[in-house]
Amino acid sequence: MIRVELVKLLCRPRTWVTLALLCALPIVVAAFIATTHLAPPPGQGSAFLSAVLRNGSLYPAAAMAMVVPIFLPVAVAVLAGDSVAGEATGGTLRYLLVRPVGRTRLLVAKLVSLTAFVLLAIAALVVTSYLTGRLLFGSAPPAAVGQPGGVTSLSGAPLTPAQLLLRLLGAVGFITVSMLAVAAIALFLSTLTDSALGAALGALAVLVASEILVTLDAAAAIKPYLPTRYWLAWVDFFRQPIFWRDIERGLAVPAIYIGLLLAASWANFMTRDITS
Amino acid sequence: MIRTEAVTKRYGRVLAVDSVDLDVREGDRYGLLGPNGSGKTTLVRMLLGLVYATSGRIEVMGQPVPRRAARVLPAIGALVEGPAAYPHLSGRTNLRLVDAAGPGGGRRSRRRRVDEALERVGLAGIDRRPLKAYSLGMRQRLGLAAALLRAPRLLILDEPTNGLDPRGIREIRDLLAELNAAGTTVFLSSHLLPEVEQLCTRIGVMDRGRLVLQEDLATLTAPTGRVVVDSPDAARAVALLDGRVEARTGDRLVVRHADAAQLNATLVEQGIRVAEMAPQRPSLEEIVLSVTTSSSDRVDAPVPA
Repeated sequence: MIRVELVKLLCRPRTWVTLALLCALPIVVAAFIATTHLAPPPGQGSAFLSAVLRNGSLYPAAAMAMVVPIFLPVAVAVLAGDSVAGEATGGTLRYLLVRPVGRTRLLVAKLVSLTAFVLLAIAALVVTSYLTGRLLFGSAPPAAVGQPGGVTSLSGAPLTPAQLLLRLLGAVGFITVSMLAVAAIALFLSTLTDSALGAALGALAVLVASEILVTLDAAAAIKPYLPTRYWLAWVDFFRQPIFWRDIERGLAVPAIYIGLLLAASWANFMTRDITS
Repeated sequence: MIRTEAVTKRYGRVLAVDSVDLDVREGDRYGLLGPNGSGKTTLVRMLLGLVYATSGRIEVMGQPVPRRAARVLPAIGALVEGPAAYPHLSGRTNLRLVDAAGPGGGRRSRRRRVDEALERVGLAGIDRRPLKAYSLGMRQRLGLAAALLRAPRLLILDEPTNGLDPRGIREIRDLLAELNAAGTTVFLSSHLLPEVEQLCTRIGVMDRGRLVLQEDLATLTAPTGRVVVDSPDAARAVALLDGRVEARTGDRLVVRHADAAQLNATLVEQGIRVAEMAPQRPSLEEIVLSVTTSSSDRVDAPVPA
């Protein structure tokens, strides 16, 4: 069943359109910056953007910073919201269940396919933005201090390519976990309703509400538990030394959301009448 | 094959299925009839473990459903409320995915199974067009192909000839009869009387959630002991058969008589011409209408007090 879900994911034109759009945004941004050389000053705008003019190797990190706050969660919410509700609307859910595919197995397959999508999206993003960065910004800083071709961390200390790769992988893992929390919210709603759109919008509503509450000082009491509170903590991977505190919390909070919501999805889906 | 005991399904305040005792025997061609909204589809969904019964017991092939549904479902082919498939994929790819999704059967024999199922329903020559380009009839055939994919012992089909033209209906009927002759039990739910009358050997009739009739078709449509005679000399026939004519409309007489052949001989001996003559049998339509109430999709205004 997992294989079937992956085939369905990859055979769907929608998947590729989403990926193309996701990768196109950083390319467009890079094109503008490269032609005008007007990067936002350090400390303003998207993280890393000010650094990429000096070294294109850091561009994947800048691209992730562009896509993670809105673009990627929207794509994940749409896909996850569609996962069960879309099958129900299309009528294929009942045929899968009488084939028979166990309900638990179906949910697991959906989750694996969503994880695959997130990884695929980030991988595509990293590869295309790395190539874009190297092409448009070059790899070596004009006035290289220290080792040649070195990349500077956000804290100013240089990073070796091996360190950069490891930290990039760490960031990818962190973002995957955050996105799976989004997927878990949408998947849970998807087992509640037969409307894929409703499930996706519901998940997005949760995210938007969380983003607003994060900025609100009066909501400080619940702030650490909001799903989007530590979303950008992966930036800390690019500090020297790595700033672990937020990263740890940023992994723990989504993990709790994922666990609870998946359990709820499972309980709901197992006991539900399939009337679609 | 299928046996239910007092199966009941309640959706909130609505009683969709009310204490149904269904009994489908191995080798039956069972037709479940009933007006729209009489609970046929809910019952079918409960048999397949999609909807959970509020109370009562369901047994399919000797196993309790939904508890052991995973054991019996691989031997069941089902079509529930119209076919469904992924619109952006071709029919063949859709069948391959269905085949791969469930248990049993190797990857190597998949192509053969898919080809055989397509051949059976008359879609052997389909190309790689996506499903959204298919006509309603083609989709229906593809749905049937999906049901036949695993050579099921039991077919549970909800409105299997929906969207097919008369020739297509005939083909599917022949296919189902052929499968049944080879040992497959066919359970069919429909509101189309002719479809059921021409295929099924046993019928059940549902009305407002209850199973109001369950009987062999042959028993139901057994001769009533009357003969219908159509004769240009109807007046003379009435005089001759004195007292045994139960009804007369124009040239048509209903005569109480056990043997049509004997009656014919008697009439002809007396020089009474007979245009048409047959033992009277109740039609399925009369039977169904006599046990069901009005359609649930008809909404009459309340009678003013």
